[in-house]
Amino acid sequence: MFSVRIHGRGGQGVVTAAEMLSVAAFDEGRHAQAFPSFGSERTGAPVVAFCRIDDRPIRFHDPVAAPDAVVVQDPTLLHLVPVFEGLVPDGYALVNTSRTWAELHLGDLGTADPLAAYDGKHLAVVPATEMSRDRLHRPMPNTPLLGALAALTGVVSLAAVQAAIRQRFGGEVGEVNADLAAAAHAHVLAGRHARA
Amino acid sequence: MSWRDGTLVRRQLEGSRAVAETVARCRPQVVAAYPISPQTHIVEALSDLVRTGELEDCEYLMVESEFGAMSACIGASATGARAYTASASQGLLFMAEALPNASGIGLPIVMTVANRAIGAPINIWNDHSDAMSQRDAGWVQLFAQSNQEAVDLHVQAFVLAERISLPVMVCMDGFVLTHAVEEIEVPDQEVVDAFLPAFVPRQRLDPDDPVTIGAMVGPEAFTEVKYLMALRQLEALDVVAAVAADWSRLAGRDTGGLVDRYRLEDAEVVVVALGSVLGSVKDVVDDLRREGVRVGVLGVTCFRPWPLDEVREALADASSVVVVNRAFAVGSGSILGQDVRLSLAASPTRVYDVVLGLGGRPVTRERLRALLDDVLADRLDPEALHFPDLDEELVRRELARHELPAEPSTRARSHGLVTTGFGLGRSR
Repeated sequence: MFSVRIHGRGGQGVVTAAEMLSVAAFDEGRHAQAFPSFGSERTGAPVVAFCRIDDRPIRFHDPVAAPDAVVVQDPTLLHLVPVFEGLVPDGYALVNTSRTWAELHLGDLGTADPLAAYDGKHLAVVPATEMSRDRLHRPMPNTPLLGALAALTGVVSLAAVQAAIRQRFGGEVGEVNADLAAAAHAHVLAGRHARA
Repeated sequence: MSWRDGTLVRRQLEGSRAVAETVARCRPQVVAAYPISPQTHIVEALSDLVRTGELEDCEYLMVESEFGAMSACIGASATGARAYTASASQGLLFMAEALPNASGIGLPIVMTVANRAIGAPINIWNDHSDAMSQRDAGWVQLFAQSNQEAVDLHVQAFVLAERISLPVMVCMDGFVLTHAVEEIEVPDQEVVDAFLPAFVPRQRLDPDDPVTIGAMVGPEAFTEVKYLMALRQLEALDVVAAVAADWSRLAGRDTGGLVDRYRLEDAEVVVVALGSVLGSVKDVVDDLRREGVRVGVLGVTCFRPWPLDEVREALADASSVVVVNRAFAVGSGSILGQDVRLSLAASPTRVYDVVLGLGGRPVTRERLRALLDDVLADRLDPEALHFPDLDEELVRRELARHELPAEPSTRARSHGLVTTGFGLGRSR
């Protein structure tokens, strides 16, 4: 089982991202489950969504407490919400930011850097908001981050992510978002993301 | 490949969406609903299907309230239309006045309840307090343990309702199921059409052939009417089982029915529960079985009417039964546990009653495992009503703030209202 927790703010497509990830996994013949952290969602409020992927049907529905990967769609949450809580020791962390890891000052979170012990290859920063703003003229970081997550973890293929994106949005919007996923995927594969 | 093996029709979609599509394939002629979380996505999708014409010959009524929704369904059903609605929580309570009218008159309305806590305090999250509060309203109540079962139960519910001319509630856990995106097979239109014949009402309001239904009955016959209602409800038990068996033959899935027996062979400890928590319970039981512990699960799919004999028979060989309640009766105690005890009357079986997962608190596998470990090690008092996920520190603080004693009163003790941490739930 591979489980993902996505943090963001209402309006950033956090729930949609989890859903598209589950569709991508399903299309690749896996079993998957996606669901939001159920609250009174408001634009701008912190939002969490989950996705589980497995080779067997998934029968339980409790929130993901020990994710294999954490995606942070909004870097302003880093100092507000314990986004990396429960991340498994060899897990993956993906943060949407145009900064470098060092510039995120994770070590200033009150205690030690929560990711200090993590393999740098499992950590990635991607400027997903800028990428989406360039192409969509809107800050919608969820689709590039899905492409980046596919590259970082290999849990789903880029093609499956793009198919899920096209299925969700359709038409020109779907194509642009699929391109954004590919660009972020390439960004990670090129090693421009990792923590030094 | 065919619909039979699910390879063509299984899709990754939201539970609410799957239920809406399934209800549409059941061809309701009237949908009357008022939105309330977590039911909203279901009725939104249905209103869209009516608007786009995908659901033909159906009138979607934007009513002013849940009371209006149920009243409209009663009116529609009484004129011979297949009627559907959905609600949750306080919305279901706002229907409460009309619910026994639907069952008393014998109108085969189908309603989805997206189970949610009831206030105050306001809480939009999942537990079973809403449906349980209407357990005596004369409706058949079916509980889905998965989204696939929720989908299948809706098809079965229309068949069941119309065969016995009684209303049926399909209960599915709010958010946990309604908002989960999972692989679900929505049965094809041809499958639904083959399973669900056109609605032939037992009684019908017709201006050209006027009759009165639901008229006043005085003391001379009211008891008899109620007695006959009770008999009909109990007869529904056989029909629930028969419809599920027919569905299993047609669709190839064992969903619905009265109870779900899981690894009960030679089980000494059996967990009884209903709804989506059964998925977690089954995983925990699988783990324990791998360790050689003889545990099993009894899922109650049909909660009303209560399958007294089926539960008794399923628990006959168990020495201990753990009842997981997702709601409880303030001032009385366990709800599901009382029914289980009814089935186990005169049996020496120990019944451990626990309340878990109120108002959306997740019932984790770790919590369930710890609970079963406690039962297996004889660390729980079978007389008590346990609240294993209670924040005892918070309760103590509140008691202290109101200058009440921290330890449960004699009355609380005699009602079994204790928690393990207060030291009274531990083995004596």
